[in-house]
Amino acid sequence: MEEPNKVVIGLWDHEEVYLHAIEKIRAKGVQIYESLTPFPVHGLEDVLGYRDSRLHTAGFMFGTVGTIVALSFMTWTMTVNFPLDFGGKPYWPIASFIPITFEMMVLFSAWGMTLTYLVRNRLWPGMVPRIYDKRTTDDRFALVFDADNVASDKLKELRDLCMHEGAVEVKDKQFN
Amino acid sequence: MHAYESEFREPLITGMDKSYTKITDDLVAPTERNSALWWIAVLLSGAGALFFVFCLTWTVWFGIGTWGLNKTIGWAWDITNFVWWIGIGHAGTLISAILLLFRQRYRTGINRAAEAMTIFAVICAGMFPIFHMGRVWDALFIFPLPNTRGPLWVNFNSPLLWDVFAVSTYFSVSLLFWYTGLMPDFATVRDRSKGKFRKWFYNMMSFGWMGTAKQWQRFESLSLILAGLATPLVLSVHTIVSFDFATSVIPGWHTTIFPPYFVAGAIFSGFAMVETLMLISRKLFNLEDYITVNHIESMNKIIVLTGSIVGIAYLTELFIAWYSGYLYEQFAFYNRVLGKYYWAYAIMMTCNVVTPQFYWLKPLRRNLYVTFILSIFVNIGMWFERFVIIVTSLADDFLPSSWAYFSPTWVDIGIFLGSICLFLFLFLLFSRLFPTIAIAEVKAIFRTSSEVAKAERAKKANSPTGGFVGLQHVGPLDKDSKH
Repeated sequence: MEEPNKVVIGLWDHEEVYLHAIEKIRAKGVQIYESLTPFPVHGLEDVLGYRDSRLHTAGFMFGTVGTIVALSFMTWTMTVNFPLDFGGKPYWPIASFIPITFEMMVLFSAWGMTLTYLVRNRLWPGMVPRIYDKRTTDDRFALVFDADNVASDKLKELRDLCMHEGAVEVKDKQFN
Repeated sequence: MHAYESEFREPLITGMDKSYTKITDDLVAPTERNSALWWIAVLLSGAGALFFVFCLTWTVWFGIGTWGLNKTIGWAWDITNFVWWIGIGHAGTLISAILLLFRQRYRTGINRAAEAMTIFAVICAGMFPIFHMGRVWDALFIFPLPNTRGPLWVNFNSPLLWDVFAVSTYFSVSLLFWYTGLMPDFATVRDRSKGKFRKWFYNMMSFGWMGTAKQWQRFESLSLILAGLATPLVLSVHTIVSFDFATSVIPGWHTTIFPPYFVAGAIFSGFAMVETLMLISRKLFNLEDYITVNHIESMNKIIVLTGSIVGIAYLTELFIAWYSGYLYEQFAFYNRVLGKYYWAYAIMMTCNVVTPQFYWLKPLRRNLYVTFILSIFVNIGMWFERFVIIVTSLADDFLPSSWAYFSPTWVDIGIFLGSICLFLFLFLLFSRLFPTIAIAEVKAIFRTSSEVAKAERAKKANSPTGGFVGLQHVGPLDKDSKH
């Protein structure tokens, strides 16, 4: 999605009032462009109508890959590529494979999921995020509205709506 | 939000002046001021860490013969230190993962530092087996790498190889868990930084975190699944470390009780190390409101539990040695308790089994001086536990003519003390550059578990509208608001 140049930012200072405000604002049919909070607010994704994250599915798939890689690699080295007799133990000691298979499952799953998380969240060293308001990592809960090509009377309505719903501050911001 | 917490529970954030901004101020403050004490500590521990490097270089240059090992006792301080450090490294993931799954709110005050401790402890731990290999430049071949000798692969039957996989997976997963949790807090530090370099540095560290609802949603999902993965992982790591001994045929090592016994011991020593460090840092960085006596007491309860498990394991081992009717096993344990290393066994028993029992008494459990001393006792005791298991089992083996005694050389001692300095050095750097307490997570429990919120609810409970903190309510909770 294209980032808007002109935005209206509403700031709240209490998460309960904020959650309630989102419900009211969305009920009015107003589109919320972005929502920023200093910590994970319980129930926020529900009031915003976000669907569940599918990260856990990715984690499961990476874990499956790790399990298959570990089991098949150990089987290949010990039965096909270079079978060795270790003190009369079987060439395919499946019980001995359990610890390493488990560790590889965890390793693949954790790394795969974390990398997916970084890519999806656009997080990488050197990424410069657009900062709507510095206090959103401190004590303010923000709602950002796209104000590009919105009539000024509509914007005034929006600002009033935010204030009515308990915002402590509403401001406009222009990015280029 | 309808989070409810019993009013009988003690607050986890004390002080009536707290608000979200105050939490940010307090928790970021250690990264923003310069202290002479910190510089002195960093220089001293840095010098110790250099001595560690020196002793390792000495070892590589002249060989393992510079250690006190002999043909009977081939594993001594090195593997003792390895297991000791790995054990210390268990509390971090335990606190962040298991306590997360159990929804224990007190974890928020201590998880960040405990996870950092885990990472630094595992770094120290890894050094010992790597340098014990002798030719460190060949250390890469502990991994199954393609080679020109066949290719000849590693032995997947060997618990020592499982250990390689377990410890390296544990290290990297702990690192991910720790760092993904740090990103939002780095963003908090970034957004209040003044200097240009500082801003750039913390933005780099935060990976460009914004704090959008979608980011937080994925963050929560990731931390939950990572916690779910890390929980069996942390239990598997020390289980596999114990396999190094348990799958051998040495009397005193060949014991099926080892996995749970080692895991309990690891948690025990890890919590003790967290206490030692947190008691110092809460004082040094004025974090008493976030790491309260309540936090310390909760940790002490875990210490008394795991200490008792370890104590039962010691007694079970003795009983089974007698009950087995196996002469060599009986001798190994007789020798462990009453032999030439009786003093090590006595230190172990005192520090691990006897003194933690003081924590059954509430006044002692909540006494910070007692806690500090006992936490150091536990660390000493747990070091001796590994020493007793490893060295006494080897010293008097099947053949009386090869019985031997282990005396450490200056290199052994230097590497051990040096690793402690390296650990402290890394921890000090962490405590100055990183937020030592998870800021976002502390804020997330502010409305349920802080003294301010509790007072607020109590006031509401007496009011005619009842105890529910409603949506219209805007009170002293929002001191810094414009209402």
